[in-house]
Amino acid sequence: MIRSRTKVGRQLVNLVAVFGLIYLFTPIAFIVAFSFNEPKGKFNIIWQRFTLDNWLNPFAKPQLTEAFLVSLRIAGISTLVATALGSMIALALSRYSFKGSSGFNLFLVLPLTAPEIVLGSSLATLFLNQTFINFGFVTIIIAHVMFQVSFVALTVRARIRGFDWTLEQAAQDLGATPFRTFWRVTFPLVLPGIMAAALLAFALSIDDFIITFFNSGPVQSFPIYIYGASRVEISPQINVLASMVLFLSIAVLAIGTFGRRPAGAPRKPRRRR
Amino acid sequence: MTVAAEVRSDGGAPRVRRAVSAADRVGLGAILLSSVCLVALGGRWVTGPWASVVVVVLLLTIGGTLGLAALGGPQARKLLAPYGLLKPGMLWLALFFLAPVWSLLRISLSTKESRFSVQYDFTWAFENYRTAFTDFGGQFQRAFLYAAIATVLTILIGYPVAYVIAFRGGRYKSALLGLVVVPFFTSYLIRTIAWTSILSDQGVVVSALRTVGLVPLLELLNVMDNGRLLNTPSAVIGGLTYNFLPFMLLPIYVSLEKIDHSLVSAANDLYSTAAGAFRKVVLPLSAPGVFAGTLLTFIPAAGDFINAQFLGGPNTTMIGNSIQDQFLRQNNYPVASAMAAVLMVGIASMVLLYTRFFGTEDLA
Repeated sequence: MIRSRTKVGRQLVNLVAVFGLIYLFTPIAFIVAFSFNEPKGKFNIIWQRFTLDNWLNPFAKPQLTEAFLVSLRIAGISTLVATALGSMIALALSRYSFKGSSGFNLFLVLPLTAPEIVLGSSLATLFLNQTFINFGFVTIIIAHVMFQVSFVALTVRARIRGFDWTLEQAAQDLGATPFRTFWRVTFPLVLPGIMAAALLAFALSIDDFIITFFNSGPVQSFPIYIYGASRVEISPQINVLASMVLFLSIAVLAIGTFGRRPAGAPRKPRRRR
Repeated sequence: MTVAAEVRSDGGAPRVRRAVSAADRVGLGAILLSSVCLVALGGRWVTGPWASVVVVVLLLTIGGTLGLAALGGPQARKLLAPYGLLKPGMLWLALFFLAPVWSLLRISLSTKESRFSVQYDFTWAFENYRTAFTDFGGQFQRAFLYAAIATVLTILIGYPVAYVIAFRGGRYKSALLGLVVVPFFTSYLIRTIAWTSILSDQGVVVSALRTVGLVPLLELLNVMDNGRLLNTPSAVIGGLTYNFLPFMLLPIYVSLEKIDHSLVSAANDLYSTAAGAFRKVVLPLSAPGVFAGTLLTFIPAAGDFINAQFLGGPNTTMIGNSIQDQFLRQNNYPVASAMAAVLMVGIASMVLLYTRFFGTEDLA
């Protein structure tokens, strides 16, 4: 009796999980399917008939492509800046014990407790009524770095928490200069954490809408363009670009999961020439 | 002879030596002082000639610490190192996070001469807050209500999915986890627009419900309205739930992953039922994940306006829609700022209360 009830419970949980996965993938299936649709009129939201035209002309909308490139540029620059600033903060907070560190830890979380609309609108009030910078590319970068820094710092800090700092001591005891110690010991060890944080920061930047919306001025990033265009036109090229990004990330993920050497397996001997 | 050489040869002048031994205090003070300077400049506490004085103070502070690091020798550098690493990022946050919040609060108490002017004057205008509450009270209520319901739904959906992946995933664990994250590689807006067409009147869901004959029942439950899903609160809440699901699922997964399976076996060996083992062992140990997920879901959901705009109608607007509209369309910065300030304080106090009652040590 108990056994069978447990079994039913197990299946029930599995069922809910399957339902959850279906829920997650419904709009995705929809986006991909509609990239093959030949829409009647300007709105690609009702299924008409199958076509490959959209995939053959993914860059048919020059404005859309332009916005996509703008987003890539913004994400690239802001990620570089935020990763540098955030990793330095993480290094300071995990490597040293110093006066005021708990205060800085708390301050770092604060931007995450404010909803995006508050961050976006308050930053816009800073840029209002001043003559140094106009709303545009630079203000978007500033905004993105602002919310990326905390994410990067927290991610890197979590990754290097268990790091054995006596290795640095060992390097110095063996006569390495502080710079050489950092470059040959510390940096390679914290690099994976920094890379993970940079990826996260890049993803956050490229998808950000609300904060960017308040600080973009005339510049159109990818989400801003889609928002503006969605009133007059939803072109199938949007679906094509979205599907491309999707397939690319699935490929990266698949390589990361299945292409990786299992932990502990011997490395293939490097061929000598 | 340079100061550095002096320090090295005979311990240096007493003042320099004192500065070296207290270098950590100097570093901390410098960060705090320069942050205050930046907030004062950005938030426009100080204007005109006083602003240049503050700029000079700021430069002197930064220059002073750099000088101390350069001349103070290894001991001072060691003490200053963490502050030097912190400084660029912290000053960035001071200027582009703290100063904006200050200027938001300032503008929320200002008045504008007319709708079309861009100038505003600080006048302790508390009526902006009255306007925020009287004209937009409904939007505040809806924002918090929808966000709360969406948060509960993300737990109900996210927990089983995370549980199955963490406990029954086996060797496909990381592949399954990747599968869960994949949908979120497409843009937030595109996903929401996709929901618009899925839930539209001619869309798949509504016609399926019509065929099965569930429409009257769902209307009775207030999920549907006049045979429609779009423009109803349920569509908005569904969109919020969907878009913030990974923020709930991933922290729960992380905390479930950490659980030692032998604890569950021990409970079973001690004649606990499966449900009992779950309630007494797994659930408490995964609480930190649920706690973190709740914050990560509720905070952005309460401030969101995309879901309400694309999936909702005029009767389902949330406070985010009003702030956006007042700020960017009506250029009514004072009232928009007042609403944003109320939202910020409201969420901060809820987070504080929540942390007080359910808080766990290992949040970050």
